[in-house]
Amino acid sequence: MMQFVADGILNASLIALGALGLSMTYNVLRFANFAQGEVLAIGAYFALGAVTVIGAGVGVMGPVKFGWPLLVSIPLAIVCTSIVVLMVDYLVFRPLRNSNASRITLIMAAFGLSLMGRNLIHLFAGGDPKYFSFYIPKAIEIMPGVKMVPDDLAIIGLCVFAVVSLHMFLTKTNMGRMMRAVSENPTLARINGIDLKMIIRMTWIIGTALAVTAGTLQGHIFQAKAEMGFDMLLPMFAALILGGVGNLYGTVLGALVIGLAESFAVYFDLSAYRAAVSFMIMLLVLLVRPQGLLGERE
Amino acid sequence: MTPVNNPNNKILDVQNLVAGYIPNLNILHGCSIHVCVGEIVTILGPNGAGKSTLVKAIAGLLSVVEGSIELQGKDITGMETHKLVREGLGYVPQTENVFAKLSVAENLELGAIHHRSSMAETREKLYDLFPDLARFRNLAAGKLSGGQRQMVAVGRALMASPSLLMLDEPSAGLSPKLTQVVFQQLLKIRDSGVTILMVEQNARAGLEISDRGYVLAEGVDRVNGEAQSLLHNPEVGELYMGGHGKSTMENVVTASATSENSTPGDSA
Amino acid sequence: MELLGVVSFLVFFLIQSSFFSLTSIGLNIQWGFTGLFNVGIAGFFAVGAYTSAIMTGPHYDDTLFGGYDLPVPVGWLGAIVVTAFVAAIIGYITLRLREDFLAISTFGIAVSIQLIANNMDQLTRGPEGLYSLPKPLEDLSASPLVDNILYLGVCIGVIGLVYWGFERILRSPWGRVLRAIREDEHAAMAMGKNVFAFRLQSFILGSATMGLAGALYANFIGFISPTDFLPIFTIQIFVMVIVGGSGNNLGAIVGSVVMWGVWSASDSLIAAVVSPDFQTQAAAARIVLIGLILVLMLLYRPQGLLPEKHIVSAAGRMKLKGED
Repeated sequence: MMQFVADGILNASLIALGALGLSMTYNVLRFANFAQGEVLAIGAYFALGAVTVIGAGVGVMGPVKFGWPLLVSIPLAIVCTSIVVLMVDYLVFRPLRNSNASRITLIMAAFGLSLMGRNLIHLFAGGDPKYFSFYIPKAIEIMPGVKMVPDDLAIIGLCVFAVVSLHMFLTKTNMGRMMRAVSENPTLARINGIDLKMIIRMTWIIGTALAVTAGTLQGHIFQAKAEMGFDMLLPMFAALILGGVGNLYGTVLGALVIGLAESFAVYFDLSAYRAAVSFMIMLLVLLVRPQGLLGERE
Repeated sequence: MTPVNNPNNKILDVQNLVAGYIPNLNILHGCSIHVCVGEIVTILGPNGAGKSTLVKAIAGLLSVVEGSIELQGKDITGMETHKLVREGLGYVPQTENVFAKLSVAENLELGAIHHRSSMAETREKLYDLFPDLARFRNLAAGKLSGGQRQMVAVGRALMASPSLLMLDEPSAGLSPKLTQVVFQQLLKIRDSGVTILMVEQNARAGLEISDRGYVLAEGVDRVNGEAQSLLHNPEVGELYMGGHGKSTMENVVTASATSENSTPGDSA
Repeated sequence: MELLGVVSFLVFFLIQSSFFSLTSIGLNIQWGFTGLFNVGIAGFFAVGAYTSAIMTGPHYDDTLFGGYDLPVPVGWLGAIVVTAFVAAIIGYITLRLREDFLAISTFGIAVSIQLIANNMDQLTRGPEGLYSLPKPLEDLSASPLVDNILYLGVCIGVIGLVYWGFERILRSPWGRVLRAIREDEHAAMAMGKNVFAFRLQSFILGSATMGLAGALYANFIGFISPTDFLPIFTIQIFVMVIVGGSGNNLGAIVGSVVMWGVWSASDSLIAAVVSPDFQTQAAAARIVLIGLILVLMLLYRPQGLLPEKHIVSAAGRMKLKGED
């Protein structure tokens, strides 16, 4: 039983990272980015490429399987993916914003881009799942009856670190405050001298960074495949809505609930329906508390 | 201290402005105003005259079709909104003029993003001017009362040490008593060296603290002059009443003030 | 002989086009006329297909349901009812909330239905799918071509009926309210219209049409499995509606036939030109292309090839001008 809680927390950390990225774009750019899953997947493939080039397995650190190549590959992948994302924003979303396209048009464009992204991966990397390494790590007992791979513990730690960093960034730095200002009232933000275009670029980069981190870590513990992000989309949206759209702490809480719920779905032998479980939770929340657990009524 | 309308010392000069929200549907049809250093100038006019449109156009929120805007001798026509802060323009919109979810202190800090070095100093001055801001600094701005929010909004704009402060209906939604408080503070702000341009529905209260005023009608500046003379100008009354009667501004103002108390902002 | 081949191919092509056409009409009432964004078209289509398949299909040894051998029209009616029911649940929960929640929820239902199709063996037989489904009128002749011509007639009849019905109700006061809501929700609300109820009705109506299309598909192909209902189907329908011009039912039909033609032609082209080693890549490239078409349409021709005929309000006209 506790084993499922531990697995759920690992799962939740990855969902939280992705959902926080989704939340950033949702708050500042004001639309549900259906292509966030592909950002995650493309990032994982970039990281995979970097790890392959550097050489997998070198620099193993202590009990943890992933060595410095993986840690180096994350920032590299973030840079590469950000360039792709900013280009897409420039070519697709910027013109749509300028023509005052409806939110639905933006979602639809994202949905189309998501399909393109998945198939571009198929085109360039092939349809088979890819592995970062073939090393089977040894699990250690962290509590009586609960075994975890050191890598998983490190990943949970890394996710906690990312969430805390994001929190510090948004509350303590000038840039973070500017982002919160834009997400609340873009016009007033401009009046205050905030360059909206710059904030939009920063938002894409941060959203991308979170997604790429999630994708790379997920790729490391499981595998990288074209659909990896698309399959995460529903749990990420569920976490976002469950926590209350626009509330970062709510998103983390939502991710925790969804992660544990998915893990318990496995416990009750419903592993095939994991995604449906997060969907049911989401529908329930929309029915009884549409503003989410920590959200405020509009 | 009585600043004079000295045309050689214009801080803002708007010439023949044509602008609107939607292409081919202009609200302003050649509107010209100017503000001199040290003045308080009020823009009056019936609903739909284009008062708010004028300040929004100056603030770069609308695209200007024709005409020019100069701020401190520099052409700012068509300049992006976010660059105007650095040119010395402060702007307090009529509604949604504070970041409700952010604290008062954070609101003020956002006002000073381009003036980080002098931020602490400006903030202390501001806390002296509005002690309430200091008291509520850690509260979310959305939790404050209307008058206090207005103070936050003005304070936020002042954090960038503007040369010209533009306010769109600072008395909107405030009781007559609070309006007086806000207007007295505007006088203090002017005395600290900030020129003020405001749009006011509450004509009498606005003109009482102003040096000069403009009356807009149908997107054009129709009448302008010394604040006191506008109050007694029959032409102004006609513009407000749509061309009926010989009423002076004072009669109209009393009438509109009464109606405003019952339904604010609905005195069309 | 060759002519016969062309004719039978054409009939087959038109039958397939009619599934898309019917689905497009369903989407058009949601997206084109009411402004509702449904990302789960494949899911509603699948619900209809599986419902009719289970109701009309044979008995399978390994499923809990099936073997009812009901007449095909009853299966189609069942498909409409069940799809409408699923749409009613989703719509009831999300249509009161902000518009992206509907998008996310319809996406969720499509994913969940895909999971059920793949995993709930007692109902759907999983990836193996349901087979030997009856085709209406197939006993009338011994020739497959005549069968198909008859089925095409049925399809055209159903589409004609749905088209006629939708045109009628869209011209009725009900349809006017629908367009009013799309143009200006608050104005419609101020007129005392229950915006939520109208949206829900439109959403259910559109989804039920998609379900019917799925049923038509199941009983024609005779075999359905989860891979028939992938997200690409949703994108294809959107492209068809947008190409045809959202808010125009005739356009939806034209867009469906044209885009299905383009799709089939590219299929043959890839089969003929690309070497077998690169067929998978070519298939992926083609999907990238359809995504690209969608994005380009949104960017450069959001009103489609056949725009809506009448613009209802001055505000709407101004909006169109602003987009140019």
